[in-house]
Amino acid sequence: MSQQVGRVAMPAQDPEIRNKNFSEVALGYSEEMALIEASRCLICKNPQCVKGCPVEVNIPGFIQKLRDKDMDGAVKELKNKNNLPAVCGRVCPQETQCEAKCIKGIKGEPVAIGRLERYVADWDLARGMEMPTKAEPKHKKVAVVGAGPAGLTAAGDLAKMGYDVTIFESLHTPGGVLMYGIPEFRLPKAIVQKEIDYIRALGVDIQTNVVAGKTVLIDELLNEEGYECVFIGTGAGLPHFMDIPGENLNGVYSANEFLTRSNLMKAYRFPESLTPIHAGKRVAVIGGGNVAMDAARTALRLGAEESWIIYRRSEEEMPARIEEVEHAKEEGVHFQLLTSPIELKGDENMNLVSMICQRYELGEPDASGRRKPIPIEGDVFEMNVDTVVMAIGNGANPLVTSTTPGLMITKRGNIQADEETGETSRKGVYAGGDIVTGAATVILAMGAGKSAARAIDEYLSK
Amino acid sequence: MFKILKKEEMGNNVYGFDVFAPRVAKKAEAGQFFIVRQGEDYERIPLTIADFDREKGTITMIFQVVGACTKALSLLNVGDELTDIVGPLGKPTEIENYGKIVVVGGGVGIAPIYPIARALRAAGNEVTAIIGARTKDLLFWEDKMAAVSDRLLIATDDGSAGRKGFVTQVLEDLIKEEEIRRVWAIGPMIMMRAVANMTRTYKVPTIVSMNPIMVDGTGMCGACRVSVDGKTKFACVDGPEFDGHAIDFDLAMKRAAVFKNDEKLAMDALENRLKGGSCTCHSK
Ligand SMILES: Cc1cc2nc3c(=O)[nH]c(=O)nc-3n(C[C@H](O)[C@H](O)[C@H](O)COP(=O)(O)OP(=O)(O)OC[C@H]3O[C@@H](n4cnc5c(N)ncnc54)[C@H](O)[C@@H]3O)c2cc1C
Ligand SMILES: Cc1cc2nc3c(=O)[nH]c(=O)nc-3n(C[C@H](O)[C@H](O)[C@H](O)COP(=O)(O)OP(=O)(O)OC[C@H]3O[C@@H](n4cnc5c(N)ncnc54)[C@H](O)[C@@H]3O)c2cc1C
Ligand code: SF4
Ligand code: SF4
Ligand code: FES
Repeated sequence: MSQQVGRVAMPAQDPEIRNKNFSEVALGYSEEMALIEASRCLICKNPQCVKGCPVEVNIPGFIQKLRDKDMDGAVKELKNKNNLPAVCGRVCPQETQCEAKCIKGIKGEPVAIGRLERYVADWDLARGMEMPTKAEPKHKKVAVVGAGPAGLTAAGDLAKMGYDVTIFESLHTPGGVLMYGIPEFRLPKAIVQKEIDYIRALGVDIQTNVVAGKTVLIDELLNEEGYECVFIGTGAGLPHFMDIPGENLNGVYSANEFLTRSNLMKAYRFPESLTPIHAGKRVAVIGGGNVAMDAARTALRLGAEESWIIYRRSEEEMPARIEEVEHAKEEGVHFQLLTSPIELKGDENMNLVSMICQRYELGEPDASGRRKPIPIEGDVFEMNVDTVVMAIGNGANPLVTSTTPGLMITKRGNIQADEETGETSRKGVYAGGDIVTGAATVILAMGAGKSAARAIDEYLSK
Repeated sequence: MFKILKKEEMGNNVYGFDVFAPRVAKKAEAGQFFIVRQGEDYERIPLTIADFDREKGTITMIFQVVGACTKALSLLNVGDELTDIVGPLGKPTEIENYGKIVVVGGGVGIAPIYPIARALRAAGNEVTAIIGARTKDLLFWEDKMAAVSDRLLIATDDGSAGRKGFVTQVLEDLIKEEEIRRVWAIGPMIMMRAVANMTRTYKVPTIVSMNPIMVDGTGMCGACRVSVDGKTKFACVDGPEFDGHAIDFDLAMKRAAVFKNDEKLAMDALENRLKGGSCTCHSK
């Protein structure tokens, strides 16, 4: 078995079929595949891979258990550090994290840690997750605001420690970006739902339809409703637009709107699901991150004839996961690089008909270390499109911060919180995830939820 | 779950519910709205808080049947439950003592103007209410409006009640005769535009309540973009009330029509669901 040189390929749906359905693209390893891939791991004594994982999963540990066919043990090893392995195995940017550091990657291909993590986690989901032993009830109430990965993780950990935890979520469904943003074909909602059921089974009360800052204020939770601590994990949910002419034409969506209609409101099943969406015939998605790839791939599945990624820099600088870019290309998404729109044009009914684009070239690296795009003077062209999706990033929603006196924020509106503990400028108020870091990753948000739970426990145990 | 405690039929496809939603009722202020989702597979629809009772924990909604979701809503009865209600959303009306003010409600717009008139009166304003509809049968809440205003004027297009003509004409006559400090106008977009255009010439500050298409109602999606003084605003968090003289009504009206062609499909699907009995929404 150890003769396997490269990593075991991930079986996937045929691109020509999958670009018309919403079922999961990557199908997962069989037991045989998982064992072969696991056999490639050197079970290093000083594993570099672990240093690449933001929550330090004991990677050789769980892979060894998997090799021994001790699945139960493998699950325990994974869950010791990672509350949502079925999610992370699917969406972590492994190529820049754990797998980037894997020793096998120096000469050949790194161990497919994410795929193995997914295999173990899916086994756990299939058998019905086992409940962990909970600590004695502490009879202390903690409130968590936002049911994304940060909030769910903090709530789950606090519940295990014996706290009475209530999550307040503004949407009608918990899960955050995992539910409304990342599409079904990349992260099946049934998996997210199982993780949420698990958090509920731990005794966490999830109250949906409660908007902190509107329905209830943070100070009311602390002073009137008897919560001794609040964790804020409200994410980066404020869509940026480009501020170019024509942006309010019909057919121009933020990625949040486009994806929320499709994922959360199931508009891809319209009219059985009553929320409509128009993908149009020719779609241009502006941006080069995961969000842009998700929108471009969703557009094809909604029936668009052509779906384009329009990105200011070159492919090398694209922040999206490599796998997403590859999948998008296989499915027929076109890439128009070194290009950005400068004006959107509409007809008399204000429906979008075309987009004026400016071409760029790359100059010197900027503050982010990426080469800066510089417009090529006069190199402008028009593209006929009937849908544009803006996927150029999200900022911080001010609903909570503007209604919580004394809560310090950064210039960009993110909550200022201690990196290690999530402590904010307000006593008893903690924060973590995208609302602190700006749009980042699922695993970082979970990590922040985890360390905040620990800090809250210390604070309340004093 | 949010139980329907009272149902009213105002005629002509306008209905009213009192719903138990204590968290929303506790915080509700005049000018705000909420979002209701009847059940799985239904749209999230924004409606104005037409009234609230903090003690009983209820809010009142008045809605007109215009498409599938409002149709389905109208078929519910006392005792039925709505899966989701979230609110209060949006900014409350800026209540101050302005002096002599006028509130104008057209059609279903009578409902949202009611709590605004009440709050303005409580703040010491001299409130004139003008309510209007096409015909007498479409008017409602005349008694409630009379109770919260110093003077109630009625206009119907056909003259079957009050003065014959549009609310704008009644308002213009008032503005010509009296020193009106401020106007609130809520109703169909065309009516709000007509009011704003008229008051602009008299330089009377005018507040309108925008009702663009929405999804989340919390500033997350940007579906509700409106153009105010050439700047893009999100109606759900920056509004829904805006300076009527600064709003780009043409854009707003064209944006509201974006899903027009989907309406029939949605209606047919709904009818199928109701007929087929595969409806999962009214599980009591
Ligand atoms: C389309 C898309 C694709 C992505 N793909 C990947 C990927 O492949 N891999 C990866 O690692 N990361 C990916 N990300 C990023 C990742 O999803 C986020 O970094 C992560 O979800 C952040 O978690 P969070 O808990 O901080 O916030 P969120 O997931 O945003 O959750 C915040 C929650 O708080 C709720 N909320 C907001 N305001 C309030 C309020 N006032 N009151 C109550 N509740 C409130 C929101 O409704 C939401 O449920 C993607 C993001 C998007 C949008
Ligand atoms: C802040 C706010 C407050 C509102 N308050 C009330 C209220 O108190 N009473 C009331 O009857 N209605 C109110 N509306 C309008 C109401 O939300 C829509 O009538 C409803 O969403 C239509 O849903 P539907 O599925 O029945 O119709 P659809 O099939 O979705 O649409 C039918 C028609 O209505 C248009 N439409 C859809 N959504 C909206 C919308 N949000 N605004 C305007 N037109 C729309 C469509 O373009 C279409 O022409 C309010 C809207 C907003 C944004
Ligand atoms: S959680 Fe993510 S980074 Fe950590 S080991 Fe798993 S896939 Fe790698
Ligand atoms: S670095 Fe690679 S080979 Fe070594 S333990 Fe980690 S995954 Fe296995
Ligand atoms: S409705 Fe989504 S931002 Fe206003």
